[in-house]
Amino acid sequence: MPCFERDWTAEQVLDAIRALPIEKANLMEVCGTHTVSIARSGIKRMLPKNVQLLSGPGCPVCVTPTSDIDTILDLALEKDVIIATYGDVLRVPGSRHGDSLRRRGSEGARVKMVYSPLDAVSLAEKFPDKQVVFLGVGFETTAPGTAIAVKQAQAKGLKNFTVLSLLKTVKPALETLMAQPDFAVDGFLCPGHVAVITGAEHFRFLPEKYHRGAVVAGFEPMDILLSVYHLLRQLAEGKPTLGNEYTRAVAPKGNPLAQQTVERYFTPCDAVWRGMGEIPQSGLQLREAYRQFDAVARFGLELGKPEKPSACQCGQVITGKCPPQECPLFGKVCVPENPVGPCMVSGEGACAAAYQYQEV
Amino acid sequence: MEQVITLDYGSGGRKTSQLIDELIVPALGNKALSQLNDGAVLSGREKLVFSTDSFVVSPRFFPGGNIGKLSVCGTVNDVAMCGGEPKYLSLAFIIEEGLPVSELREIIASIAKAAQDAGVQIVTGDTKVVEKGKCDGIYINTAGIGFLRKDNLSPDNIEVGDKVIVSGFIGDHGTAVMLAREPELLESDIASDCAPLHRAAQKLWQLGDDLRVLRDPTRGGVATTLNEFTENRFFSIELQEKGLPVRPAVHAACEILGLDPLYCANEGKLLAIVKADRADEALTLLRECSEGKDAAVIGTVTATYPGKVVLKTAFGGTRVLSKLSGAQLPRIC
Repeated sequence: MPCFERDWTAEQVLDAIRALPIEKANLMEVCGTHTVSIARSGIKRMLPKNVQLLSGPGCPVCVTPTSDIDTILDLALEKDVIIATYGDVLRVPGSRHGDSLRRRGSEGARVKMVYSPLDAVSLAEKFPDKQVVFLGVGFETTAPGTAIAVKQAQAKGLKNFTVLSLLKTVKPALETLMAQPDFAVDGFLCPGHVAVITGAEHFRFLPEKYHRGAVVAGFEPMDILLSVYHLLRQLAEGKPTLGNEYTRAVAPKGNPLAQQTVERYFTPCDAVWRGMGEIPQSGLQLREAYRQFDAVARFGLELGKPEKPSACQCGQVITGKCPPQECPLFGKVCVPENPVGPCMVSGEGACAAAYQYQEV
Repeated sequence: MEQVITLDYGSGGRKTSQLIDELIVPALGNKALSQLNDGAVLSGREKLVFSTDSFVVSPRFFPGGNIGKLSVCGTVNDVAMCGGEPKYLSLAFIIEEGLPVSELREIIASIAKAAQDAGVQIVTGDTKVVEKGKCDGIYINTAGIGFLRKDNLSPDNIEVGDKVIVSGFIGDHGTAVMLAREPELLESDIASDCAPLHRAAQKLWQLGDDLRVLRDPTRGGVATTLNEFTENRFFSIELQEKGLPVRPAVHAACEILGLDPLYCANEGKLLAIVKADRADEALTLLRECSEGKDAAVIGTVTATYPGKVVLKTAFGGTRVLSKLSGAQLPRIC
């Protein structure tokens, strides 16, 4: 694996980038946290014009289809249900403009923000006569914690705790993108937090199967800039390979214990992604043995219903085909106070980042 | 869908502005109110400053203060930011039945101490008790009157070249309260900066008209307050990320919680815009009182990006700092 130039300054990296013989390069940052870090630090403007950074399907809220949000909003109205959720989901709009969990909360639905799935387990203990439903949103990163919550709920013998699993995995989504004929991305900044769990090797399929550069990147601006440089160098040399810039957190094989925990409680299932449709084996559902903790079974829910057409371009935005600013709704109808799509809500959403951290 | 008031309307950001601009000012506006300053300057034999604020903080007790201390400092600061020397406060409680008297006693003791420190007297008050569930423990409203000592503080006075000064570390209060809500999340010694700013303000009044405007960046934080200055005006404000006074612990907690110190509430900090060649003097004056000992110049008024607040990142990039939109929400991963 290549070494990274830890002693370089940002200016040195930029000089090295400018010196590379590259006509045009499209790079995709898969993770929403990268999107925000790029926007906050102003990296896009520092790069040469021929290098484009595109946001990928790595903001967990943004890839959740509107129909699933509607299902959650309906569930929030059920008597005796408490929805426990990460803060990001509170403002995500349903299919009716202005509808969200926060809105339902103002109408009396019980919606509690939690920082960890284990807080949701505590809520279930505290309110034994209510049904606590934890919204399991996220990727490989949040799956282990969700699994541990189920483990705890089982150990405590809780009958009023369920998980609504909207968990997704990154690799099937990237493979779906690669199969799209108009997908023109030359290299990937791979999601560092996901790789902490899965290991860097998880992304080796990108160079080996698809001949695309791949660098697992950390989240500081310097991590990202160095990773961009290495992707561009791979491109210039015509040798796509796997790099791991985030070695301080990511091991080649990741965290086997976390992987086993997820494996024990969850099994892959087909899942619908916003803007990308159904992707085989890209979701995680609770195994049959833990059905009693599955909100889908407990409340007879249906996930992944077909999406209704909308002017919102979130689906195009998270597949790198439309920059947020080119969506006809961006900054006009769709603003963070009154979002049309989830990308404008989430702290990790590409549209919210583009709006909040506009470049000048 | 019918519009309803959600929590976002109370965040101090864009939704709060919308509420004020669309509902309150058209119906109730007049010369004093429509200035939308922290308080109103009233004419009479002697010019008065008048301001009011309500306090609903949860939890009621947090490191560095409680709702009582906050209710005095908040109004004292609003009066001081308008150039007033705070003198008299009203104090109204709305109490939920079941509140332990010991808690109320502690809150009142804090009010007494804060009032003494700020040199104000509580001269009128009211107490209402509501049924369980109708409020969260205790809500407090205070109104404050002060005598005008420094006239003509307004963002309209700001000129290109002026410097932006903050009186100390930013983001302490917002972060401390957020952590007090979720104590098991993170162990830290971050305390609210809740403090009266009348001394710091008085120091700066000495600069005369070279002091353009004062404001305390409470809800919405420094970024939102500076946007109130630049909005619909011809100048921009450029901040340097490198020089921003943020405690390392606040920086770390914000990183973990997915917050931004520039958007976190402060309850004991002021922002001052001063003429460039008086900036050093302003810092010296502020540092003479304990509330201003960590004062720093954080930015400059420029003509480059009219109407905008812009941040030069430590990394060398440049981006716009807009008003806070809705409440800050922690992120997922």
